[in-house]
Amino acid sequence: MINKTVHHAADALHDITDGMTLLLGGFGLCGIPENCIRELVRKGVTNLTCISNNAGVDDFGIGMLLRNRQVAKMIASYVGENAEFERQLLSGELEVELVPQGTLATRCLAAGYGMPAVFTPAGVGTEVAEGKEVRRFHGRDYLMEMAFDADFALVKAWKGDTAGNLIYRMTARNFNPVMAMAGKITVAEVEELVEAGTLDPDQIHTPGIYVHRIFQGVDYEKRIEQRTVRQKA
Amino acid sequence: MMLDKNGIAKRIAREISDGYYVNLGIGIPTLVANYIPNDIHVVLQSENGLLGMGAFPIEGEEDPDLINAGKQTITMQPGAAVFDSAMSFGMIRSQKVDLTILGAMEVSEYGDIANWKIPGKMVKGMGGAMDLVASAKRIIVAMQQVNKAGESKLLPECSLPLTGVRCINRIVTEMAVFEVDTEAGGFRLLERAPGVSVEEIRNATAGKFIAAGDEPEMVL
Repeated sequence: MINKTVHHAADALHDITDGMTLLLGGFGLCGIPENCIRELVRKGVTNLTCISNNAGVDDFGIGMLLRNRQVAKMIASYVGENAEFERQLLSGELEVELVPQGTLATRCLAAGYGMPAVFTPAGVGTEVAEGKEVRRFHGRDYLMEMAFDADFALVKAWKGDTAGNLIYRMTARNFNPVMAMAGKITVAEVEELVEAGTLDPDQIHTPGIYVHRIFQGVDYEKRIEQRTVRQKA
Repeated sequence: MMLDKNGIAKRIAREISDGYYVNLGIGIPTLVANYIPNDIHVVLQSENGLLGMGAFPIEGEEDPDLINAGKQTITMQPGAAVFDSAMSFGMIRSQKVDLTILGAMEVSEYGDIANWKIPGKMVKGMGGAMDLVASAKRIIVAMQQVNKAGESKLLPECSLPLTGVRCINRIVTEMAVFEVDTEAGGFRLLERAPGVSVEEIRNATAGKFIAAGDEPEMVL
Protein backbone atom coordinates (compact mmCIF):
# COMPACT_ATOMS: atom_id res chain seq x y z
CA MET A 1 0.00 0.00 0.00
CA ILE A 2 1.23 3.49 -0.80
CA ASN A 3 2.34 5.27 2.36
CA LYS A 4 2.24 9.08 2.34
CA THR A 5 3.28 9.54 5.95
CA VAL A 6 6.05 11.92 6.94
CA HIS A 7 7.22 12.54 10.50
CA HIS A 8 6.36 16.18 11.00
CA ALA A 9 5.87 19.57 9.38
CA ALA A 10 9.62 20.09 8.79
CA ASP A 11 9.76 16.90 6.70
CA ALA A 12 6.58 17.76 4.85
CA LEU A 13 7.72 21.26 3.88
CA HIS A 14 11.46 20.59 3.41
CA ASP A 15 11.44 21.61 -0.27
CA ILE A 16 9.40 24.81 0.01
CA THR A 17 11.67 27.63 -1.12
CA ASP A 18 11.57 31.42 -1.46
CA GLY A 19 9.16 32.77 -4.06
CA MET A 20 6.79 29.81 -4.16
CA THR A 21 2.99 30.00 -4.40
CA LEU A 22 1.09 28.32 -1.56
CA LEU A 23 -2.59 27.53 -1.07
CA LEU A 24 -3.54 27.53 2.62
CA GLY A 25 -6.84 26.04 3.78
CA GLY A 26 -9.10 27.49 6.45
CA PHE A 27 -11.78 30.12 6.97
CA GLY A 28 -10.77 32.79 9.44
CA LEU A 29 -8.82 30.77 12.01
CA CYS A 30 -11.09 27.73 11.59
CA GLY A 31 -9.45 24.70 10.00
CA ILE A 32 -6.10 26.38 9.27
CA PRO A 33 -2.93 24.26 8.93
CA GLU A 34 -1.39 25.49 12.20
CA ASN A 35 1.61 23.16 12.13
CA CYS A 36 2.53 24.04 8.55
CA ILE A 37 2.26 27.78 9.23
CA ARG A 38 4.48 27.46 12.31
CA GLU A 39 7.04 25.58 10.21
CA LEU A 40 6.99 28.26 7.48
CA VAL A 41 7.69 30.87 10.16
CA ARG A 42 10.54 28.72 11.56
CA LYS A 43 12.05 28.10 8.09
CA GLY A 44 11.87 31.80 7.29
CA VAL A 45 11.13 31.32 3.56
CA THR A 46 10.30 34.66 1.98
CA ASN A 47 8.75 36.27 -1.07
CA LEU A 48 5.81 33.86 -0.86
CA THR A 49 2.53 34.20 -2.69
CA CYS A 50 -0.16 32.99 -0.29
CA ILE A 51 -3.64 32.09 -1.47
CA SER A 52 -6.13 31.79 1.38
CA ASN A 53 -9.61 33.06 2.11
CA ASN A 54 -8.35 35.28 4.94
CA ALA A 55 -5.01 36.55 6.19
CA GLY A 56 -5.25 35.42 9.81
CA VAL A 57 -5.12 37.85 12.71
CA ASP A 58 -2.10 39.90 13.78
CA ASP A 59 -0.49 37.18 15.90
CA PHE A 60 -1.95 33.94 14.58
CA GLY A 61 -2.38 32.09 11.30
CA ILE A 62 -1.07 33.76 8.17
CA GLY A 63 -0.78 36.93 10.26
CA MET A 64 2.46 35.44 11.66
CA LEU A 65 3.92 35.19 8.14
CA LEU A 66 2.85 38.75 7.37
CA ARG A 67 4.39 40.10 10.54
CA ASN A 68 7.68 38.42 9.53
CA ARG A 69 7.46 39.97 6.04
CA GLN A 70 7.54 36.54 4.44
CA VAL A 71 4.62 37.25 2.12
CA ALA A 72 5.13 39.26 -1.08
CA LYS A 73 1.63 38.73 -2.44
CA MET A 74 -1.63 37.74 -0.80
CA ILE A 75 -4.62 36.44 -2.72
CA ALA A 76 -7.71 36.44 -0.47
CA SER A 77 -11.39 37.39 -0.31
CA TYR A 78 -11.57 39.09 3.09
CA VAL A 79 -8.77 40.54 5.18
CA GLY A 80 -10.67 42.70 7.64
CA GLU A 81 -9.41 41.08 10.85
CA ASN A 82 -5.76 41.93 10.40
CA ALA A 83 -4.47 45.44 11.12
CA GLU A 84 -0.89 44.67 10.05
CA PHE A 85 -2.19 43.36 6.74
CA GLU A 86 -4.21 46.52 6.12
CA ARG A 87 -1.18 48.64 6.99
CA GLN A 88 1.11 46.78 4.56
CA LEU A 89 -1.57 46.94 1.88
CA LEU A 90 -2.27 50.67 2.19
CA SER A 91 1.48 51.45 2.31
CA GLY A 92 2.12 49.37 -0.81
CA GLU A 93 4.57 46.95 0.86
CA LEU A 94 2.33 44.00 0.13
CA GLU A 95 0.79 43.13 -3.21
CA VAL A 96 -2.81 42.04 -2.80
CA GLU A 97 -5.33 40.48 -5.14
CA LEU A 98 -8.82 40.47 -3.67
CA VAL A 99 -10.97 37.73 -5.14
CA PRO A 100 -14.67 37.06 -4.52
CA GLN A 101 -14.96 34.12 -2.13
CA GLY A 102 -16.88 31.85 -4.51
CA THR A 103 -14.43 32.66 -7.28
CA LEU A 104 -11.54 31.78 -4.98
CA ALA A 105 -13.08 28.39 -4.18
CA THR A 106 -13.96 27.70 -7.79
CA ARG A 107 -10.47 28.57 -9.07
CA CYS A 108 -9.20 25.86 -6.69
CA LEU A 109 -11.87 23.46 -7.86
CA ALA A 110 -10.94 24.11 -11.49
CA ALA A 111 -7.29 23.23 -10.77
CA GLY A 112 -8.32 20.03 -8.99
CA TYR A 113 -10.71 19.07 -11.78
CA GLY A 114 -8.16 19.72 -14.53
CA MET A 115 -10.00 22.67 -16.06
CA PRO A 116 -7.98 25.76 -17.10
CA ALA A 117 -10.70 28.31 -16.37
CA VAL A 118 -14.26 28.82 -15.18
CA PHE A 119 -16.95 31.42 -15.87
CA THR A 120 -18.71 33.25 -13.06
CA PRO A 121 -21.05 36.24 -12.85
CA ALA A 122 -19.37 37.42 -9.61
CA GLY A 123 -17.65 40.77 -10.15
CA VAL A 124 -19.17 41.64 -13.54
CA GLY A 125 -19.34 45.45 -13.81
CA THR A 126 -16.91 45.93 -10.88
CA GLU A 127 -13.16 46.53 -10.66
CA VAL A 128 -12.71 42.76 -10.23
CA ALA A 129 -13.57 42.48 -13.93
CA GLU A 130 -10.74 44.77 -15.07
CA GLY A 131 -8.50 43.05 -17.63
CA LYS A 132 -10.58 39.87 -17.66
CA GLU A 133 -12.32 38.26 -20.60
CA VAL A 134 -16.11 38.61 -20.47
CA ARG A 135 -18.26 36.00 -22.19
CA ARG A 136 -22.00 36.13 -22.73
CA PHE A 137 -24.04 32.97 -22.15
CA HIS A 138 -27.86 32.92 -22.40
CA GLY A 139 -27.98 36.71 -22.36
CA ARG A 140 -25.82 37.17 -19.24
CA ASP A 141 -22.22 38.27 -18.81
CA TYR A 142 -19.65 36.08 -17.05
CA LEU A 143 -16.00 36.64 -16.16
CA MET A 144 -13.41 34.09 -17.17
CA GLU A 145 -11.41 33.21 -14.06
CA MET A 146 -8.25 31.10 -14.29
CA ALA A 147 -7.52 27.94 -12.30
CA PHE A 148 -4.87 28.49 -9.63
CA ASP A 149 -1.38 27.23 -10.34
CA ALA A 150 0.20 26.65 -6.94
CA ASP A 151 3.40 24.88 -5.94
CA PHE A 152 2.00 23.60 -2.65
CA ALA A 153 -1.36 23.22 -0.95
CA LEU A 154 -1.25 23.09 2.84
CA VAL A 155 -4.46 21.76 4.36
CA LYS A 156 -5.78 20.67 7.72
CA ALA A 157 -8.14 17.72 8.25
CA TRP A 158 -9.65 16.09 11.31
CA LYS A 159 -8.69 12.50 10.51
CA GLY A 160 -6.47 11.05 7.87
CA ASP A 161 -4.91 7.72 7.04
CA THR A 162 -1.47 6.68 5.85
CA ALA A 163 -2.79 6.52 2.27
CA GLY A 164 -3.64 10.23 2.45
CA ASN A 165 -7.43 9.91 2.67
CA LEU A 166 -8.95 12.80 4.62
CA ILE A 167 -12.05 13.51 6.70
CA TYR A 168 -12.87 17.03 7.89
CA ARG A 169 -14.96 18.08 10.86
CA MET A 170 -17.88 20.53 10.71
CA THR A 171 -17.12 23.97 9.27
CA ALA A 172 -13.37 23.38 9.57
CA ARG A 173 -13.87 21.76 6.16
CA ASN A 174 -14.35 25.08 4.27
CA PHE A 175 -11.59 25.58 1.67
CA ASN A 176 -9.50 22.55 2.69
CA PRO A 177 -10.97 19.95 0.28
CA VAL A 178 -10.80 22.19 -2.79
CA MET A 179 -7.30 23.39 -1.98
CA ALA A 180 -6.18 19.81 -1.33
CA MET A 181 -7.12 19.03 -4.92
CA ALA A 182 -5.31 22.05 -6.33
CA GLY A 183 -1.68 21.81 -5.21
CA LYS A 184 1.14 20.40 -7.32
CA ILE A 185 2.22 19.00 -3.97
CA THR A 186 -0.44 18.73 -1.28
CA VAL A 187 0.51 18.44 2.38
CA ALA A 188 -2.17 17.44 4.87
CA GLU A 189 -1.83 17.79 8.63
CA VAL A 190 -4.39 15.91 10.70
CA GLU A 191 -5.47 15.73 14.31
CA GLU A 192 -5.58 11.95 14.16
CA LEU A 193 -3.55 9.81 11.78
CA VAL A 194 -4.66 6.18 11.41
CA GLU A 195 -3.59 3.16 9.37
CA ALA A 196 -4.99 2.88 5.85
CA GLY A 197 -8.02 0.60 5.93
CA THR A 198 -9.28 2.00 9.22
CA LEU A 199 -11.49 4.76 7.81
CA ASP A 200 -14.78 3.93 6.13
CA PRO A 201 -14.29 4.52 2.36
CA ASP A 202 -17.84 5.91 2.19
CA GLN A 203 -16.94 8.70 4.61
CA ILE A 204 -13.77 9.99 2.89
CA HIS A 205 -14.00 13.66 1.82
CA THR A 206 -10.63 13.93 0.05
CA PRO A 207 -9.31 10.78 -1.64
CA GLY A 208 -5.63 10.11 -0.96
CA ILE A 209 -4.64 10.50 -4.61
CA TYR A 210 -4.74 14.28 -4.08
CA VAL A 211 -2.52 14.12 -0.98
CA HIS A 212 1.24 13.69 -1.36
CA ARG A 213 2.36 13.97 2.27
CA ILE A 214 0.47 13.56 5.51
CA PHE A 215 1.49 13.94 9.12
CA GLN A 216 -0.01 13.96 12.58
CA GLY A 217 -0.20 17.56 13.77
CA VAL A 218 0.70 18.57 17.33
CA ASP A 219 -0.23 21.31 19.80
CA TYR A 220 -3.39 22.53 18.09
CA GLU A 221 -4.47 25.83 19.54
CA LYS A 222 -7.69 26.10 17.46
CA ARG A 223 -8.12 29.70 18.43
CA ILE A 224 -11.67 31.11 18.35
CA GLU A 225 -11.92 34.45 16.57
CA GLN A 226 -15.37 35.59 17.74
CA ARG A 227 -16.54 33.76 20.83
CA THR A 228 -20.31 34.23 20.88
CA VAL A 229 -22.48 32.43 23.43
CA ARG A 230 -25.95 32.54 24.95
CA GLN A 231 -26.95 31.97 28.53
CA LYS A 232 -28.65 28.75 29.56
CA ALA A 233 -32.41 29.28 29.35
CA MET B 1 -39.78 57.19 15.21
CA MET B 2 -36.67 55.96 13.45
CA LEU B 3 -36.09 52.22 13.75
CA ASP B 4 -33.05 50.93 15.58
CA LYS B 5 -31.01 48.02 14.25
CA ASN B 6 -33.33 45.50 15.86
CA GLY B 7 -36.33 47.27 14.34
CA ILE B 8 -34.82 47.00 10.87
CA ALA B 9 -34.08 43.31 11.48
CA LYS B 10 -37.63 42.74 12.73
CA ARG B 11 -39.14 44.32 9.61
CA ILE B 12 -36.89 42.29 7.31
CA ALA B 13 -37.87 39.07 9.08
CA ARG B 14 -41.38 39.60 7.68
CA GLU B 15 -39.96 39.12 4.15
CA ILE B 16 -39.07 35.51 4.94
CA SER B 17 -41.52 32.76 4.01
CA ASP B 18 -41.96 29.17 5.12
CA GLY B 19 -39.53 26.82 3.38
CA TYR B 20 -36.96 29.48 2.47
CA TYR B 21 -33.22 28.94 2.35
CA VAL B 22 -31.72 32.26 3.48
CA ASN B 23 -28.21 33.68 3.58
CA LEU B 24 -27.69 36.37 6.21
CA GLY B 25 -24.76 38.78 5.96
CA ILE B 26 -22.76 40.27 8.80
CA GLY B 27 -24.18 43.08 10.98
CA ILE B 28 -27.91 43.91 11.01
CA PRO B 29 -28.72 40.91 8.76
CA THR B 30 -27.41 38.54 11.46
CA LEU B 31 -30.03 39.98 13.85
CA VAL B 32 -32.83 38.97 11.47
CA ALA B 33 -32.49 35.37 12.71
CA ASN B 34 -33.80 36.50 16.12
CA TYR B 35 -37.15 37.57 14.61
CA ILE B 36 -38.05 34.67 12.31
CA PRO B 37 -41.49 33.48 13.48
CA ASN B 38 -41.55 30.11 15.24
CA ASP B 39 -44.34 28.77 13.04
CA ILE B 40 -42.32 28.80 9.81
CA HIS B 41 -39.41 26.57 8.82
CA VAL B 42 -36.38 28.37 7.45
CA VAL B 43 -32.88 27.03 6.78
CA LEU B 44 -30.05 29.50 7.24
CA GLN B 45 -27.07 29.12 4.92
CA SER B 46 -23.65 30.23 6.09
CA GLU B 47 -21.30 30.56 3.14
CA ASN B 48 -18.32 29.05 4.94
CA GLY B 49 -20.11 25.75 4.40
CA LEU B 50 -23.22 25.12 6.47
CA LEU B 51 -26.96 24.74 5.94
CA GLY B 52 -29.00 24.73 9.13
CA MET B 53 -27.20 27.28 11.24
CA GLY B 54 -28.56 27.42 14.79
CA ALA B 55 -28.28 29.82 17.73
CA PHE B 56 -25.08 30.76 19.53
CA PRO B 57 -23.86 27.91 21.78
CA ILE B 58 -24.48 27.82 25.51
CA GLU B 59 -21.44 29.11 27.34
CA GLY B 60 -18.85 26.34 27.66
CA GLU B 61 -20.14 24.47 24.60
CA GLU B 62 -18.36 26.58 21.95
CA ASP B 63 -16.60 24.48 19.32
CA PRO B 64 -13.75 26.11 17.36
CA ASP B 65 -14.63 23.87 14.38
CA LEU B 66 -18.15 25.31 14.16
CA ILE B 67 -18.42 28.95 13.12
CA ASN B 68 -20.48 31.12 10.79
CA ALA B 69 -19.26 33.39 8.01
CA GLY B 70 -18.74 36.16 10.58
CA LYS B 71 -16.34 33.79 12.41
CA GLN B 72 -18.74 33.61 15.37
CA THR B 73 -19.20 30.36 17.29
CA ILE B 74 -22.60 28.85 16.48
CA THR B 75 -24.57 25.61 16.69
CA MET B 76 -26.24 23.43 14.09
CA GLN B 77 -29.96 22.74 13.85
CA PRO B 78 -31.27 19.18 13.50
CA GLY B 79 -31.01 18.28 9.81
CA ALA B 80 -28.00 20.51 9.22
CA ALA B 81 -25.41 19.73 6.55
CA VAL B 82 -21.81 20.83 6.11
CA PHE B 83 -19.93 21.10 2.82
CA ASP B 84 -16.90 22.76 1.28
CA SER B 85 -16.59 26.36 0.07
CA ALA B 86 -16.92 25.49 -3.62
CA MET B 87 -20.23 23.69 -3.08
CA SER B 88 -21.39 26.52 -0.83
CA PHE B 89 -21.00 29.01 -3.65
CA GLY B 90 -22.25 26.44 -6.13
CA MET B 91 -25.63 26.45 -4.42
CA ILE B 92 -25.55 30.25 -4.30
CA ARG B 93 -24.59 30.61 -7.97
CA SER B 94 -27.21 28.10 -9.12
CA GLN B 95 -29.89 30.03 -7.19
CA LYS B 96 -30.85 27.34 -4.71
CA VAL B 97 -30.77 30.00 -1.98
CA ASP B 98 -34.10 31.88 -1.96
CA LEU B 99 -33.14 35.09 -0.23
CA THR B 100 -29.97 37.01 0.55
CA ILE B 101 -29.91 39.76 3.16
CA LEU B 102 -26.83 41.95 3.40
CA GLY B 103 -25.56 45.36 4.45
CA ALA B 104 -24.42 48.19 2.18
CA MET B 105 -22.48 51.45 2.27
CA GLU B 106 -24.32 52.79 -0.79
CA VAL B 107 -27.12 51.70 -3.13
CA SER B 108 -27.94 53.41 -6.42
CA GLU B 109 -31.41 54.05 -7.84
CA TYR B 110 -30.74 51.24 -10.36
CA GLY B 111 -29.97 48.75 -7.62
CA ASP B 112 -26.16 48.89 -7.83
CA ILE B 113 -24.51 48.21 -4.48
CA ALA B 114 -21.18 49.22 -2.94
CA ASN B 115 -20.10 47.60 0.32
CA TRP B 116 -16.51 46.37 0.19
CA LYS B 117 -13.99 49.15 -0.22
CA ILE B 118 -13.29 52.81 0.51
CA PRO B 119 -10.27 53.66 -1.66
CA GLY B 120 -7.25 54.73 0.38
CA LYS B 121 -9.05 54.19 3.70
CA MET B 122 -10.60 50.81 4.16
CA VAL B 123 -9.93 47.63 2.25
CA LYS B 124 -11.45 44.62 3.92
CA GLY B 125 -12.36 42.73 0.81
CA MET B 126 -15.61 41.56 -0.68
CA GLY B 127 -15.73 38.16 1.00
CA GLY B 128 -18.72 36.36 -0.48
CA ALA B 129 -20.73 39.51 -1.21
CA MET B 130 -19.88 39.76 -4.92
CA ASP B 131 -20.85 36.14 -5.52
CA LEU B 132 -24.07 36.57 -3.56
CA VAL B 133 -25.26 39.76 -5.27
CA ALA B 134 -24.34 38.47 -8.74
CA SER B 135 -26.45 35.34 -8.41
CA ALA B 136 -29.11 35.64 -5.70
CA LYS B 137 -32.76 35.32 -6.73
CA ARG B 138 -33.78 38.06 -4.35
CA ILE B 139 -31.66 40.48 -2.35
CA ILE B 140 -32.70 42.70 0.54
CA VAL B 141 -30.33 45.37 1.80
CA ALA B 142 -30.37 46.32 5.48
CA MET B 143 -28.75 49.72 5.90
CA GLN B 144 -28.91 53.16 7.46
CA GLN B 145 -30.60 55.74 5.23
CA VAL B 146 -27.90 58.36 5.92
CA ASN B 147 -24.22 58.12 6.85
CA LYS B 148 -22.59 59.61 9.95
CA ALA B 149 -22.19 62.95 8.15
CA GLY B 150 -25.94 63.03 7.51
CA GLU B 151 -25.62 62.31 3.79
CA SER B 152 -28.01 59.96 2.04
CA LYS B 153 -26.69 56.51 1.13
CA LEU B 154 -29.50 56.07 -1.43
CA LEU B 155 -27.86 57.72 -4.44
CA PRO B 156 -28.36 58.38 -8.16
CA GLU B 157 -25.04 56.54 -8.64
CA CYS B 158 -22.69 54.84 -6.20
CA SER B 159 -19.50 56.79 -5.55
CA LEU B 160 -17.61 53.85 -4.02
CA PRO B 161 -16.28 50.80 -5.93
CA LEU B 162 -19.20 48.55 -6.83
CA THR B 163 -19.95 45.13 -5.41
CA GLY B 164 -22.64 44.39 -8.00
CA VAL B 165 -24.71 45.99 -10.71
CA ARG B 166 -28.53 46.28 -10.90
CA CYS B 167 -29.07 43.56 -8.36
CA ILE B 168 -30.80 45.03 -5.27
CA ASN B 169 -34.56 44.46 -5.08
CA ARG B 170 -35.49 45.85 -1.72
CA ILE B 171 -34.03 48.14 0.94
CA VAL B 172 -35.02 48.44 4.58
CA THR B 173 -33.63 51.41 6.52
CA GLU B 174 -34.38 53.08 9.85
CA MET B 175 -36.91 55.26 7.95
CA ALA B 176 -38.54 53.20 5.25
CA VAL B 177 -38.96 50.15 3.03
CA PHE B 178 -38.19 50.68 -0.67
CA GLU B 179 -38.54 48.60 -3.81
CA VAL B 180 -35.79 49.44 -6.33
CA ASP B 181 -36.76 49.86 -9.99
CA THR B 182 -33.66 48.35 -11.65
CA GLU B 183 -35.12 49.04 -15.14
CA ALA B 184 -36.26 52.68 -15.06
CA GLY B 185 -34.33 53.61 -11.94
CA GLY B 186 -35.76 54.86 -8.66
CA PHE B 187 -36.43 54.11 -5.01
CA ARG B 188 -40.15 53.34 -4.74
CA LEU B 189 -41.41 53.95 -1.22
CA LEU B 190 -43.47 51.05 0.11
CA GLU B 191 -43.73 51.67 3.86
CA ARG B 192 -42.71 54.31 6.38
CA ALA B 193 -41.27 53.75 9.84
CA PRO B 194 -43.89 54.66 12.48
CA GLY B 195 -44.25 58.44 12.72
CA VAL B 196 -41.81 59.24 9.87
CA SER B 197 -43.33 61.36 7.09
CA VAL B 198 -42.97 60.92 3.33
CA GLU B 199 -41.26 64.32 3.23
CA GLU B 200 -38.65 63.31 5.81
CA ILE B 201 -37.90 60.19 3.78
CA ARG B 202 -37.78 62.18 0.53
CA ASN B 203 -35.27 64.58 2.11
CA ALA B 204 -33.05 61.66 3.13
CA THR B 205 -33.07 60.09 -0.35
CA ALA B 206 -30.56 61.55 -2.82
CA GLY B 207 -31.53 59.30 -5.73
CA LYS B 208 -34.82 59.35 -7.66
CA PHE B 209 -37.61 59.06 -5.11
CA ILE B 210 -40.98 57.62 -6.11
CA ALA B 211 -43.95 57.89 -3.75
CA ALA B 212 -47.71 58.24 -4.09
CA GLY B 213 -47.89 60.04 -0.76
CA ASP B 214 -50.19 57.63 1.05
CA GLU B 215 -47.68 54.90 1.86
CA PRO B 216 -48.62 53.09 5.07
CA GLU B 217 -46.59 52.76 8.23
CA MET B 218 -44.73 49.51 8.78
CA VAL B 219 -46.36 46.83 10.86
CA LEU B 220 -43.68 45.52 13.21
